[in-house]
Amino acid sequence: MLAEYWPVLLFLLVATGIGVALLIAGSLLGPKRPDAEKLSPYECGFEAFEDARMKFDVRYYLIAILFIIFDLEIAFLFPWAVVFTKIGLIALIEMALFLALLVVGFVYIWKKGALEWE
Amino acid sequence: MHADLLLAAWTLAKILAISVPLIIAVAMYSYWERKVIGWMHVRMGPNKIGPWGLLQAFADVFKLLFKEIVVPANADKPLFYLAPVLAVAPAFAAWAVIPFDQGVVLANLNVGLLYLLAMTSMGVYGIILAGWASNSRYALLGAMRSAAQVVSYEIAMGMALVCVLVLAGSLNLTDIVNAQAGGKGLLDWFWLPLLPVFVIYFVAGVAETNRAPFDVAEGESEIVAGFHVEYSGSAFAVFFLAEYANMILISFLASVMFLGGWLSPFPASWGLIGQGSWIWLFAKAFAFAFMYLWFRATFPRYRYDQIMRLGWKVFIPITIVWVLVAGCMKYFGWITAGA
Repeated sequence: MLAEYWPVLLFLLVATGIGVALLIAGSLLGPKRPDAEKLSPYECGFEAFEDARMKFDVRYYLIAILFIIFDLEIAFLFPWAVVFTKIGLIALIEMALFLALLVVGFVYIWKKGALEWE
Repeated sequence: MHADLLLAAWTLAKILAISVPLIIAVAMYSYWERKVIGWMHVRMGPNKIGPWGLLQAFADVFKLLFKEIVVPANADKPLFYLAPVLAVAPAFAAWAVIPFDQGVVLANLNVGLLYLLAMTSMGVYGIILAGWASNSRYALLGAMRSAAQVVSYEIAMGMALVCVLVLAGSLNLTDIVNAQAGGKGLLDWFWLPLLPVFVIYFVAGVAETNRAPFDVAEGESEIVAGFHVEYSGSAFAVFFLAEYANMILISFLASVMFLGGWLSPFPASWGLIGQGSWIWLFAKAFAFAFMYLWFRATFPRYRYDQIMRLGWKVFIPITIVWVLVAGCMKYFGWITAGA
C-alpha cells in the first residue's frame, strides 16, 4: 500500500523542480542591470515608503482563527462520511448533533459580527 | 536494485506524461482566454504569431524567460524566490491522484481526496509569502486579501466535498467516479442530488483561484497586481503557471466529483457513445475551463465585503445543511452509489 505513495513524493519533487528550473533559467537568460530606482518598491511613481510591513486589520486574524476551527470540523467529517453506511442511524444522529453544535457556534460568531466587513 | 531503478524511471516517465501536457495546456489556455475574451469584446484576440496566433503563448513564455528578475532592495530574498516555487509545486503535484480513465491514474491513493485538499490548501503559502517577501504595500495588501479569501472559500469547498464523500463512501477518486456509474448516464451523476453544492463548489473554485469576478487579490484598479506586483520575468511566469494549472485542476475536479469523470452522459445501452472514455472527462473539464473565461468577460468584480459575505454567510450555511441532506439521502436509500 505504501508503494502507492512513492509516485506522489516523486511528483512533488518534479513539481518543485519545474518551479526551480524556471527561476534558474530566468536568472541565467535575463539581464542583470540593477539601479536604486528600479529596486525600490513599486508605488506608482510616488516616493517609496521605507518599510511596507505595517499593521493590518484585525479581521484578517479573526478569519484565520475561524478558518482553523471550520477546517478542523471538515477534517472530522471526512472519516465519518467514509464509514457512514457501516454504522447507520447512530452515525446520522451523531453527525446531526455535531453539525448542530457547529451551527450554534456559527450563529454566535455571526451575531457577534465577526463576519462583518462593512 | 535494478528493478527499483526501472520502476523509478517508469514513474518519472508517467509524471512527465502528466506535467508536460499540463504545461502546454496552460499555454494554450492562456491563448484561448485571450481569444475568447477578444471575441466577447468583438475584437480579434492574438492572431499574428503562428497560424491564428496559436504560438502567442509560447512567444510570451520566451519573452518572460529573457526578462530581468527584479528583486526589490528591501525584499526578503530567500522567501522572495521560495514563494513562486511554493505556489507551483502543489498546483502540479495535485495531479498525481486525478483519474483520467478507468485505472489510468498515477497514484490510486485511498486518501486521494484528503491529499487533494492538502495540496490545494498549500497554494495560499505561495501567495502570502510573495506578499510578505516583496515588502511592498500593494503586495502585502493583495496577499492579505487573497489569503483571507482563499481560506474562507476553502471551507465551503471542503464541505461540498464532504457531501460527495457521503454519497460515494470513499476518499479514492476512482471509487468516487465509479459510484456515479449506472444505467442512466448523466442522471446518475452526483450533480443532481447535490445540485446546490455542485454550484457552490465551482463558484468557490473560481474564488479559490482568485479569478474574476473574485479577483480583488490582484484588482488592478486599486492595488495594481496584488501579491505578485514585484515579480517580473520568469518569477512571474511561475506564478502564472501555478494560477492556470490550478484553474485547470479545479475544472477537472468539478468534472470528477460531480459530473462522473470519464463516464458517458448517455445511457450505457446506447452502444459506443454510452461507454466511458477519457474524452468525456476532457470535454467536461474544457466546459468548466471555458466557464472561467466566460465569467471573466461577463461579471463585474465583486467588492471585498461582498466576497466575504457570499463565502461565509451564504455558501457555508448551505453546505452545512446539505451535508445532513446528503446523509439522509444515503441513509434512507434515495441514492445508491454505483447502482
